[in-house]
Amino acid sequence: MGREERGWRVRGWATVVSAAALVAAAAAGAVLPLQDGRDGDGGPRAGTTATGAPAAAPGKASADDDCGGHPEASLRPSSASGPAVERIRKRGKLVIGVDQNGYRWSYRDPVSRKIVGFDIDLAKAIAKDILGSEDAILYKTVPTAKRFDAVNNRDVDLLVRTVSITCERIKEKHIAFSTAYFKAGQQLLVPRQGSAVKGFDASVKGKRICVAEGSTAQAELDKEKDRLRPRVLLVANQLDCLVMLQLGEADAVFTDNALAAGQAAQDPAVRLVGRPVTTEYYGVAMNEQDTDLVRRVNKVLEDYRSGGPDSHWMQAYRTWLEADLPGIEGPPEPLYKD
Amino acid sequence: MTRTPMETESPTVRGDTPAPGGRRPRAWVEQPRAWRAAATTEPGRLRIVGALLALLVVAFGAVTAWQITERSAAADDVIHHSGPLSARAADIYRSLADADATAAGGFLAGGDDPEQDRERYARDIEIASRNIAEAAASSEDSAQARARLERLNQRLSVYTGLVERARANNRQGFPVGGAYLRRANRMMNEEILPDAKQLWTIETARLGEDYEDAKALPLAAWALGAVGLGALVWAQRRSYRRTHRVFNPGMVAGTVATAVVLLWLVAGHGVARAKLDESYAHGAQSLQVLNEARIQTLQARGNENLTLVARGGGDAYSAAYDKQLQGLAGTDADGRTGLLAQALDLADDDRGRKSITSAMEAAKAWWGLHGEARTKDDEGNYLDAVAQTIGGTYEDGKRPEQYTGFCFDQVDTNLERAVAHEQQEFERAAADGRGALGGLVPGAAALAVLGAAGAVLGIGRRLSEYR
Repeated sequence: MGREERGWRVRGWATVVSAAALVAAAAAGAVLPLQDGRDGDGGPRAGTTATGAPAAAPGKASADDDCGGHPEASLRPSSASGPAVERIRKRGKLVIGVDQNGYRWSYRDPVSRKIVGFDIDLAKAIAKDILGSEDAILYKTVPTAKRFDAVNNRDVDLLVRTVSITCERIKEKHIAFSTAYFKAGQQLLVPRQGSAVKGFDASVKGKRICVAEGSTAQAELDKEKDRLRPRVLLVANQLDCLVMLQLGEADAVFTDNALAAGQAAQDPAVRLVGRPVTTEYYGVAMNEQDTDLVRRVNKVLEDYRSGGPDSHWMQAYRTWLEADLPGIEGPPEPLYKD
Repeated sequence: MTRTPMETESPTVRGDTPAPGGRRPRAWVEQPRAWRAAATTEPGRLRIVGALLALLVVAFGAVTAWQITERSAAADDVIHHSGPLSARAADIYRSLADADATAAGGFLAGGDDPEQDRERYARDIEIASRNIAEAAASSEDSAQARARLERLNQRLSVYTGLVERARANNRQGFPVGGAYLRRANRMMNEEILPDAKQLWTIETARLGEDYEDAKALPLAAWALGAVGLGALVWAQRRSYRRTHRVFNPGMVAGTVATAVVLLWLVAGHGVARAKLDESYAHGAQSLQVLNEARIQTLQARGNENLTLVARGGGDAYSAAYDKQLQGLAGTDADGRTGLLAQALDLADDDRGRKSITSAMEAAKAWWGLHGEARTKDDEGNYLDAVAQTIGGTYEDGKRPEQYTGFCFDQVDTNLERAVAHEQQEFERAAADGRGALGGLVPGAAALAVLGAAGAVLGIGRRLSEYR
């Protein structure tokens, strides 16, 4: 997780998981501590690195504790049908859990009252692959607090709602994730004009930085508190930070840049500055027993990602995200654990 | 003319208080020595008795007039001063809570919020700001109340600013609009409503004080009346023993006058007390519980709406709704406990009870429908949950037969009716109470003068027999 990583420099993604990657990973993945997202310089991309990590199997115990260091590693793609896919076919509808507040990701269009966004485009691609029609979807607007219960109880087949892939969710919530379909990181959002905050560095000293309580951003900020000395404002919801920024009560918002891009899309007078401080991956969340569905979704993602600049992924990116999150050249590389 | 016999005897006059125009000074400046000297002869004793009787009866009248004036003024304050102030504070409190609930409802309806919601919100804000301005302009309020009014005034304008920002963003479909609305709601709940409630509490406490003042027993008047009456009876018994005359017309007149005043005082104030008690228990207390119930209703509605405005992050609002509705209508809205049950206990007639039972039924229906709406939302059918909450159409195009907004309106309207009814009851009983004191002050004064005159005349008649 070197600096390249934070700079959103994305390698020519058409390179499939290759032997070269495996070698690089075996060499670098073992030496680079995973949580160290700051100091490694010019290290290999996390995706590439991680491919090798399970193969290298540095120790079973640690693999169990932190998902082999790469929770974003998923099952290999396959279009074979299993019980879960059959269940969906029988029903004729794909039931997906979505968010309504993720502007540009998954939100309700005020005119059509339909839910649209980057996540929804992916959901449609999955429905099209399994059921032959991208309209064969039943959207369920599951509340954030109940989203994993909905997966565990099979109230929904899958969640596509900017769910970060974490080991805790895999181990404790018994969630299986697809391969990563988006790479995000914590970044700063500031007023476009006259902001003294230039990035997650000395410029935040004494500045009022708004973070959502319990978020990764808060944890990151806590780690750097003594060094950077910002004034931390805690709120319940990341959108409350945008309110504070607009009301002049905060100097900057520190949050997941994908969500921050959604905020910037609601206010042309704010923008993202500096580089992302951490790396997080978004994945499609499914029931851990639905392994056939996980493989099927990974297969869909393989297709979704392929095609270079004309891939479905890039089209969706340009439609929903590019204006506020420019400079991304492609999706993250998939990573498999089997 | 009653003084003539006394002047002839004029025993000792204090040198430092020369009597103007040759009149002797009044009884209370006599030195005890002079009293003792005078008391050795029967005419002297009669004069002392006469003076004391006159003094007692006049004092009785004066104290009665004074104590009843005070109680009457307090009863007047209940009707014209603290009562309306308390009602106004309740109005401010209610209209603010109503504005908040309405803003959230209009927001849910989507980008183009319905006209009736916009109007209701605008009316609420207008009522609140007008009442706040009026209350702040009048010097009737305590410094404590004025400080709160000032704060309310400042914050209300910030609040409306946040609501407008919420609307503007919502119209563009920006989710940050919901964040503004939640922020406005938090400000309302954490900063504005507590002050409004405090203001109401202050005004209601003043109302309570006025009631207490009006109801306070006029013990001094009672005691003086009893002593005066006793002294008159005693003087007549004394006169009867010495003269064997049964009636002394003057003293009888004085006794009757004093007895009438005493009876009037006891009965009049007794009735006033009873009426004020009624007004307090069934009016002021009922009003307090009903107003609280109304505000609880509004807050529950606001939280119900915000649960949906939060779009998946509304657990705290949902929990607040559960707490408020059950505080209103009892556990699972069974109507056994809660503010509505309390209000039902306090209601003293069928009309009042009917409104409250109707509100209870509506609250129960509300609770049930809300549960269904929550299930829909939790199952991912957000638009259906919204339709079940504010009306409109389900996703399949059908219209809900019932929705919680309808039940909420029922609860609110019935409570409004009950409040209006109790307000009337309160005013009527308080006016009756004050009316029961009517005429007592001039009556007591006039009768006391008559009584004193009678007593003095009666004594004068006895004195004349010594010439």
